[in-house]
Amino acid sequence: MTGDCMLDVRDLTVVYDSDRGPIVAVDHVDLDLSEREFLAIVGESGCGKSTLLYAISQLLSPPAEVIGGEVIFRGANMVSLDEGRLRSIRWRHLSVVMQSAMNALNPVLTVAAQMRDVCRAHSSMSDAEIEARSKEVLRLVSIDPVHLHSYPHQLSGGMRQRAMIAMALLFTPDLVIMDEPTSALDVVAQRSLMVQVKQLQEKLGFAVIFVTHDVSLVRHFSDRLMVMYAGQLVELGATRDVFEQPLHPYTRGLLEAFPSIHGPKVRLLGIPGAPPDLARPPAGCRFAPRCPSASERCLASVPRLLTVGGIRVRCVIHDQVPAEVAQ
Amino acid sequence: MTDELVRAEGLTRHFRVGKMLSRQTLHAVDDVDFTIGRGEIVALVGESGSGKSTIARLLALVYRPTSGEIFFEGRPLSRVRTRKQRLAYSSDVPMVFQDPYSSLNPAYRISHGIGRGIALHRRDVPRDGRRQEIERVLDAVGLTPAGEIRRKFPYELSGGQRQRVGFAQALAFRPKLIIADEPVSMLDVSIRIGLLNLMSELRAREGVSFLYITHDVASARYIADRVLVMYAGHLVEQGPTEDVLRDPKHPYTQLLLSAVPDPQADLGIADAADIGEPPKVVDPKEGCRFQPRCPFAEAECAAVTPLLRDLGADRRVACHVAEADPPEVAATG
Repeated sequence: MTGDCMLDVRDLTVVYDSDRGPIVAVDHVDLDLSEREFLAIVGESGCGKSTLLYAISQLLSPPAEVIGGEVIFRGANMVSLDEGRLRSIRWRHLSVVMQSAMNALNPVLTVAAQMRDVCRAHSSMSDAEIEARSKEVLRLVSIDPVHLHSYPHQLSGGMRQRAMIAMALLFTPDLVIMDEPTSALDVVAQRSLMVQVKQLQEKLGFAVIFVTHDVSLVRHFSDRLMVMYAGQLVELGATRDVFEQPLHPYTRGLLEAFPSIHGPKVRLLGIPGAPPDLARPPAGCRFAPRCPSASERCLASVPRLLTVGGIRVRCVIHDQVPAEVAQ
Repeated sequence: MTDELVRAEGLTRHFRVGKMLSRQTLHAVDDVDFTIGRGEIVALVGESGSGKSTIARLLALVYRPTSGEIFFEGRPLSRVRTRKQRLAYSSDVPMVFQDPYSSLNPAYRISHGIGRGIALHRRDVPRDGRRQEIERVLDAVGLTPAGEIRRKFPYELSGGQRQRVGFAQALAFRPKLIIADEPVSMLDVSIRIGLLNLMSELRAREGVSFLYITHDVASARYIADRVLVMYAGHLVEQGPTEDVLRDPKHPYTQLLLSAVPDPQADLGIADAADIGEPPKVVDPKEGCRFQPRCPFAEAECAAVTPLLRDLGADRRVACHVAEADPPEVAATG
């Protein structure tokens, strides 16, 4: 981490318009990212993780709409840029590896053709240069360049994922956004992909935002960990600190939700219940209905985002000044 | 395990691939032996393409074995021929599928799928008792209030709830063995544990055995009594879950365990990425199929296919190098 801020998300709010009224999928999220940083965003399905990513990369389409806040990427506010300016940033400076990359490749085009499309749209490279660069990025992700002219179905799941990552690296961007790139892979392929992403990151020096619902996966790879629940940021801190001492009950629940292969066998409970309907979020703390340590205070008002020992957390347990006194 | 429910002997399934001159044989499952006891949860683990699902389908009579035999309660499945016999068997051994989003018919209410199973397989339930039975199984899988859930459509339920409906459908048959093919891998981590607990409870309460197919070794440890490890169509190791995980004998089991994300373990990604993949077993030659990826491979491994050897204490491993005692790691420089 160098400390220079490359991405600054301020008070970002994204709303989906629906028949039942607006659904606030990303609710006033603040987030910053330094050069070469690896940030992991975790949370259950429907917590707004993917929406946040798409808002950052400005890939949202109606009914989703950014209704407030800014995304400052390298000094430019992505929210207010026009398509032409965005096109000059996408792929070259910021690339996205989509969820289920297994299906994100076009099945009727070879890997080479898909890479060529990207290069032609975003640069004036010659065909020979494109071919050379395509082979180079495939080698980066340990795919034999003979597969350049393969169709996606000829590659295994792990190779397809790595090919997607190779495409994202065509222009060596400063920021690579990954949306659950490993969720369709089995453990061995998943592990090797994570190690490879980390090695590439160290070698090429790009920053990563990595979204997953499996906290255990990013333990050894991310610098900072952000936990989202029901569209809100509930905890953000150095990965190691959050793992050692999770401050938010939701984070604790996530960390305790999966069995380990070591240590004594204990009965786990997971997190009972499901995330709330964002069209009608509960009053007060959104996690309160599922929270083992909820009290009346939690229902009274939305908890503030506090800073406790370098960790940002949204929970009244850590609010030393009760709301009544604070007035 | 005293009472044996399923015994597979030399179970083999090959598929023909390609046409005419390029015709080849894909060895999906080769010479696999295993047993499942009554009331036992057995985990079948391995990477994608290792033959796990083929074994599930052989057990569910979707495929017939190329050779070998499965015995269910002592009777060979090759004798199950008539529709009546098949129905009786599939009510004893139902399946729960991986994807709860596509395994329920979206056009029908939850009661429909469960009710059909009861109408087809449960002659003992009178027509007017079906609703009660539907509510009983929904209750048993923790979907309450059952009276309300029964009337819902799949889109009204979350992924975890849908998968519980899958178990309720299986349970409605009064099964002896439920084949659960990756039942939790599509679900959020926070919800998985609830379904694993459900499987343990159903075993305790209803006495059902499970064949739990997964690539998640940690979840296998959480619920399974015994574990079977598959690699490229071969069963490479089996034994009591705790023993296998504490002291894996086969180098592949060791690789699989090292890949499990473990937040409790020390930091460090020193180990190189293993980017090898299980081979597609097309017209295989003699020899251990893990040998190209194996750090301990010897000359013998490429020449002779290792057979499952008994190591004592109910443990078996198919490896030339693995010893009954932990393999000596030579102090190489």
